[in-house]
Amino acid sequence: MTAIGARSAGPGAAPVLAVADLAKRYGATTAVDGIAFTVGRGEIVGLLGPNGAGKTTTINMILGLLAPSAGSIRIDGVDLARHRSQALARSNFAAVYAALPGNLTVRQNLRWFGMLYEVPDLGRRIEDLLAEFDLVRFADTRCGLLSSGEQTRVGLAKAVLNDPVLLLLDEPTASLDPATAQDLRALIRGIADRGRGGILWTSHNMHEVQAVCDRVLFLAQGRILLEGDPRTLPHQHGADSLDALFIRLARQPLAAEGER
Amino acid sequence: MKLRRVGAIVLRQFYLMRASPTRLVPAFAWSAIDIVLWGFITRYLATLSDAGPALALGLLGAVLLWNFFGRIMHGVTTAFFEDIWARNLLNLFATPLAISEYVTGLVLTSLATGAISLAVMLALATGVFGLSFFAYGLAFVPFLLVLLLFGVGLGILASAIVLRLGPASEWLIWPIPALLSPFAAVFYPLSILPAWMQWVAHLLPPAYVFEGMRAILAGQPFPAQTLAWALGLAVLEVLAAYAFFVHIHRRAVRSGLLARYSAESVS
Repeated sequence: MTAIGARSAGPGAAPVLAVADLAKRYGATTAVDGIAFTVGRGEIVGLLGPNGAGKTTTINMILGLLAPSAGSIRIDGVDLARHRSQALARSNFAAVYAALPGNLTVRQNLRWFGMLYEVPDLGRRIEDLLAEFDLVRFADTRCGLLSSGEQTRVGLAKAVLNDPVLLLLDEPTASLDPATAQDLRALIRGIADRGRGGILWTSHNMHEVQAVCDRVLFLAQGRILLEGDPRTLPHQHGADSLDALFIRLARQPLAAEGER
Repeated sequence: MKLRRVGAIVLRQFYLMRASPTRLVPAFAWSAIDIVLWGFITRYLATLSDAGPALALGLLGAVLLWNFFGRIMHGVTTAFFEDIWARNLLNLFATPLAISEYVTGLVLTSLATGAISLAVMLALATGVFGLSFFAYGLAFVPFLLVLLLFGVGLGILASAIVLRLGPASEWLIWPIPALLSPFAAVFYPLSILPAWMQWVAHLLPPAYVFEGMRAILAGQPFPAQTLAWALGLAVLEVLAAYAFFVHIHRRAVRSGLLARYSAESVS
């Protein structure tokens, strides 16, 4: 499978996301254990790992929904802990578990979220997004009546409403049929290729990750075990495919750590 | 505070009510039923005593003011529950929205539904039962203001409790006005209550309102000092309730409760 298109942050470009020494502990349990990484402009970074690896905990911390026990998060250079509103105004997200209110129409949801993000010229922006995400015919339909694929497109339209410099996508194609998922991947790749922002993407679909991501981070037991280009990383670590590497890392994270 | 974000919270509630007008029914239905019920009770009682119009005005005025407080309180909590029911907290708190903007939006929504409730109650009380609240004069305005502030404070406090204890705890919230009403001395003088209940009553701004209302009907002067005290107490309680909401929200962000907030109950 070939990449839809790949670019990386230019040398010296300021990252849209800089995570340093990030940790989350619940009593004696450590969910995220001092991780550090960046996402550059125009870059799609895949955050991979088995269930319970700490991916969603990491994303929740970047979204400001969960306070870190230690470490810092800077979005487009703005410290999230100190300037929450300013930092979150530069980001947005879509997740399969965070559907928009089903009792409002697509247009209504985009309007009130657009107001929360203080989107300029909101009416025109909404019409543009309805067209871009093929949602014009559903504009006045309640979100709860849409199919899961249509709801995913609405969630993504909301996620790019404020033209964020950091876009967080937690399994954005999980509920989509292969054709829709491919269209959506191309759309997201296009957003990254505009070069204004970067994307942090979680997925359990390794083929998708290889097709879309410029770089991947393998997370297990709250730590980053491996980092690199998803197309070359498997061979560098003696695996046939990203799938095989994922399975090995998920089952033997400590052995993999020794390989770093 | 960004007004556009506050407007977004109000707009969402407006969309919900426009799409489903049944949401508006509780804003006035129960209050209207209470006014009709107590209107006939007072009409009957008036035939049994010489107090007549003063008794009717006292009882029906108390019903109207107490219902107004209840609508304001439930206006805040219901607007908050809409986000709980729609599992919208993740989407909401991952935006730049500040807590002060969110709470202000909930309160403005409540003021709008509370105003509808008040208008319906006044129309029924004056139109059907021929009562005029002009007897209270300008005192009616501070009465309403104190009850409005207390309703806002209690609504914010109740929302914080649900944020802390989980969606199932909303059943603890609905009966709060009924639980407070014996202490607030809505229908009888404070002096009737035992000493310990009077102590509790002195912490409740509505108790001063209803004492003041009875004083005016008894021909006594407008209790300005007492109402000023009640107003100060209500403002303090709003600030304390807001501080409590902020504390609970921060705790939920630290503990991960906010990120997990979709379960039927949380601990």
